[in-house]
Amino acid sequence: METPEKNKNKSVFLESGIEVNPLYTSKNVDKEKLDEEAPGKYPFTRGIHPMMYRKSPFTIRQYAGFATPEETNERFHFLLNNGQTGLNVAFDLPTQCGLDSDDPRAFGEVGRVGMTIDTLKDFEIAFKNIDLNKITVSLTINGSAIVLIAMYIALAEKLGYDITTLRGTAQNDILKEFIGRGTWIFPVDKSVKLVIDTIEYCAQKIPKYSPVSVCGYHIRESGANPIQEMAYAFCIAKAYTDGALQRGIAIDDFASRLSFNFDIYGNLFEQIAKFRGGRRLWAKIIREEYHAKNDNSCWLRMIAGGGGGGLTKEQPENNIIRSAYYALISALSGTQTMALCSYDEAYTIPTEKAAEISLRTMQILIHEMGICDTVDPLGGSYYVESLTDRFEEEIKKEMLKVAEWGGIVNAVATGKIQESVSKQAYTREIGIQRGEVNKVGVNIFKREEAAKPVDFHPYNETAAKEQIEKLQKIKLERNNEKVKICLHQVLTDAQQDKNLMPSIIAAVKEYASVGEIIQVLKNVYGEYQEPIFL
Amino acid sequence: MKILLSKPGLDGHDVGVKVLALALQDAGFDVSYTGLRKSPEEIVNIAIEKKVDIVGLSILSGTHLLITKKMKEVLDTHKLNIPWVVGGNIPSQDVEPLMKLGPTAVFPTGTTVDEVVNFFKKIENK
Repeated sequence: METPEKNKNKSVFLESGIEVNPLYTSKNVDKEKLDEEAPGKYPFTRGIHPMMYRKSPFTIRQYAGFATPEETNERFHFLLNNGQTGLNVAFDLPTQCGLDSDDPRAFGEVGRVGMTIDTLKDFEIAFKNIDLNKITVSLTINGSAIVLIAMYIALAEKLGYDITTLRGTAQNDILKEFIGRGTWIFPVDKSVKLVIDTIEYCAQKIPKYSPVSVCGYHIRESGANPIQEMAYAFCIAKAYTDGALQRGIAIDDFASRLSFNFDIYGNLFEQIAKFRGGRRLWAKIIREEYHAKNDNSCWLRMIAGGGGGGLTKEQPENNIIRSAYYALISALSGTQTMALCSYDEAYTIPTEKAAEISLRTMQILIHEMGICDTVDPLGGSYYVESLTDRFEEEIKKEMLKVAEWGGIVNAVATGKIQESVSKQAYTREIGIQRGEVNKVGVNIFKREEAAKPVDFHPYNETAAKEQIEKLQKIKLERNNEKVKICLHQVLTDAQQDKNLMPSIIAAVKEYASVGEIIQVLKNVYGEYQEPIFL
Repeated sequence: MKILLSKPGLDGHDVGVKVLALALQDAGFDVSYTGLRKSPEEIVNIAIEKKVDIVGLSILSGTHLLITKKMKEVLDTHKLNIPWVVGGNIPSQDVEPLMKLGPTAVFPTGTTVDEVVNFFKKIENK
């Protein structure tokens, strides 16, 4: 509602387009609802657990990649000896795109942005003398995820673990790869089929494994506003859920294993409301639309991390301050897990020093700021609660738009979402460059800076060569007759539209490579053709 | 002037190249974009086929030196003598070595959209 006083002032809008009043009062909130909502109680607006960080603080899980399986193994041992229990593993781009190290298209990229995996041998090296029951491994893998998940299971089986209690997570959210990040391989519908295969297999055989983490993060990094970030992520999560239900999996056997990965940059209150409103809406979707009985099926479990999108190359030290605020936002939003981009991440793979500052930022928040003392400290704030309600409403509306585009799978296959997100990225960038969106050090409070040399991770050509030699040696030494039979099984299973997990697990056990298995699937499914809207 | 923008290598960071494509379109240029993961051979073939006047490469995985070197070789093989530029996550110490490999210009992170658009305008008016 317009008030005469407000007309005197310039209107203020959030990035999402929501207008902000100069003052919020009890008139802006639904008092009855406020009295009813409690942490740990459906619809979980105030948090998924009754005691939240009072019981245990959020988990810190930084993204890290090490070029070779050998180095990764060293790092695992270091972490275990220092009391850590989890690692978020980065893979190099050839592994992510399903190419072997000796593929010409992998030239110059082997081991560059993460660990290289060609065959099960590499996993055996990476996890040597590691108790898989003691460390939870998060695989940041999407396009080739079905092969890498199969490898992790094959490794556990070969080492004699009981896979019914095996834990771990995979990112495995292919739909967002078509919107941002771009490590897609197969056409959209076939890509989704592979995700559902992993969900089905895990629900039946490895119930403690989390096969999918739906990422709003990369969608927002590609230019989506906070409403779209949540709306598209929820549409994607629903697409996987629908696929799982079609295979006869009960909602309560699957929904509690689903987790989310979200992005934080921009307006502080907008982000907090996004998570609180999103958490309430997701709970309602799972209970009201899918009729889940268990409370934990309705939980929006998330990693909410400080994103690279807010960081700047200019005055990079300012990114340390930005990230500290992002961490605060994440904690005030009731996240389960937190990660921060490091201050140098706008222009390079983080240096050790920068990564340490990120870690300390989160530790200072936990141990010095009293952030864990009381649950949902912003609950009841007129502004935050009003904005939370608004976000729930707006995310719902945005989801209806996707439905009008023929659903998320269609909207992604036709490039509709990519186009809308790119145009928004353009508008935002132009806004920054024209000074309409403030960015300290970039368009206000600028300082002339001489271009500084960047600590750059040099490419390890020797390691790449050794990796290729290792792969070629394995290809000579393995039982190639068995490999051939296994790959043929993958082929016929793909042609007959069967769940591919069993045949891929069998193939990787015989040291069939990532590239070989992906190539078999390309022969059946074809490859994704990027819709170009320009 | 016809512009071809492309992403060689395997990295999927395409926000920058798409933002630039939209900005160049707004400035009145005829812009096409190849999409992700194109090899220098594919890019040069598309450039010849579409008869473009200039090619822009966007690289953010750290492979800029390798790819630029390869691009120069492929351009020479096909005797395609048109301006070409490289942009992306390029550390300042790599700008000079990159320029020596033959591109007309290098645009590291931090270059404004207007700066790049103005550069293309200058090339057009040459």
